[in-house]
Amino acid sequence: MTPLLQVKGIEKRYGTRIGCTGVGFDLYPGEVMGIVGESGSGKSTLLNCLAGHLEPDAGQVIFDTRANGPVDTLTMSEPERRMLGRTDWAFVHQHARDGLRMSVSAGGNIGERLMAVGDRHYGDIRDKAIDWLGRVEIDGTRVDDRPTAFSGGMQQRLQIARNLVTGPRLVFMDEPTGGLDVSVQARLLDLLRGLVREMGLSAIIVTHDLAVVRLLADRLMVMKDGHVVESGLTDQVLDDPQHAYTQLLVSSVLQV
Amino acid sequence: MSAYNFAYLDEQTKRMIRRAILKGLAVPGYQVPFASREMPMPYGWGTGGVQVSAATLTPDDTFKVIDQGADDTTNAVSIRKFFEKTAGVATTEETEMATVIQTRHRIPEAKLREDQILVYQVPIPEPLRFLEPRETETRKMHSLEEYGLMHVKLYEDISQHGAISTAYAYPVKVSGRYVMDPSPIPKFDNPKLEMEAIQLFGAGREQRIYAVPPHTRVVSLDFEDYPFEATKANHPCDLCGAEDSYLDEVIMDDAGNRMFVCSDTDYCRSRRKAGHQGRMATEGAA
Repeated sequence: MTPLLQVKGIEKRYGTRIGCTGVGFDLYPGEVMGIVGESGSGKSTLLNCLAGHLEPDAGQVIFDTRANGPVDTLTMSEPERRMLGRTDWAFVHQHARDGLRMSVSAGGNIGERLMAVGDRHYGDIRDKAIDWLGRVEIDGTRVDDRPTAFSGGMQQRLQIARNLVTGPRLVFMDEPTGGLDVSVQARLLDLLRGLVREMGLSAIIVTHDLAVVRLLADRLMVMKDGHVVESGLTDQVLDDPQHAYTQLLVSSVLQV
Repeated sequence: MSAYNFAYLDEQTKRMIRRAILKGLAVPGYQVPFASREMPMPYGWGTGGVQVSAATLTPDDTFKVIDQGADDTTNAVSIRKFFEKTAGVATTEETEMATVIQTRHRIPEAKLREDQILVYQVPIPEPLRFLEPRETETRKMHSLEEYGLMHVKLYEDISQHGAISTAYAYPVKVSGRYVMDPSPIPKFDNPKLEMEAIQLFGAGREQRIYAVPPHTRVVSLDFEDYPFEATKANHPCDLCGAEDSYLDEVIMDDAGNRMFVCSDTDYCRSRRKAGHQGRMATEGAA
């Protein structure tokens, strides 16, 4: 089987400082990869390099495109990369405000990607928007409300609906549950797990919350100071950490 | 007259503007940056249009200025006088006679000809501006033809008002490529954008010039189930009886009486001269 995403030797430097270096992994269709590490460990830099928001200084990000098979997205032309960014890829930001248009209604937010790929039938777009609101557990009657009138958890779910409406194959998530209270987090995780399984999505999730990766991720990468210090199956890494830093990380989780 | 260079601007500046105009004509709908000069009038009063007119006028031209269709409003009168004084060109109020027409917010009702140039005053040339505030981003969207966002605006219109409520500055796609703001003309005028005359757009404050060459395809954006409609007040003109012209609504008194008149004053006048009469026309009013 061809990996959906092959990452080879990604390096990003900020001047002489290391953002991340020597990162490589394969991601297969339907697989969810978690990236954990403390603040400043380079996990968000890595995610932004993979998603094409930052240009890495070295390395390859090879994506298995529908039309042409595996292609290095870093050498793609910008229109192609941006097209990928709104069809086969999705990016869920930590803060819903970064991923939503706050002055546009929920329906318009969900419809934007559809219209960007050429949908020109208002009725169809609206039906799909209402359908997706339902899937992320937002009442269909809120379709004309602006995200500013939504709670934090609803905004995050709206952002997910907006991203998944074009049926992407790979989703990047940057701390999707950050800043939400625990009960809302639990429901969001439940929803995400359902959607990932149901749509057969591949996902790369960056988080510092080990519980999130325990629930969602099949595989785990632990980052420290821009390097990957340990990787493997999620349960294996969390239950039997080998690297000193991973041991510290796992033992630092508060037990309730 | 001798105190000014012809048409106020110096020759180097006019060359610079003409280069921008030519580039605009070569790439229909593309916003060409240009080094907008300070003009002796405030931004928002047509500084862009005036500079384009100045670079376009020749001593043989006949110049007409309209503001919301009218020849006799402040903006139109002062710009007409400005060029009478600085260029000494002939001016007219008749659309037929003019070779260069500067306009604010209207296209004349009379069909324009191949030998005429229509110059628009544009306040905000970027059709995506209110959706995407970053200029770097809107430029990228134009260059990559990413226009989904424009439809998001129309979607919002329909979801809030049940119909596309954008009534002026209605976005168009020019020659199948660039999405363009046709300046704040009423959408009634949009179908007229496909014409025989050259159309030049000048935005002074925003330092942009763009153009639509003659016989260029200009399509108003819409949805399959909510097609574009050119709308006007459902009423004939009360002075000349025209049913096909864009109308201004005039409140007559405190009792709520009102009349509708052609916003294109020259069109209305010429129709009354030809004997057409509306509901409120008085004898000899023309």
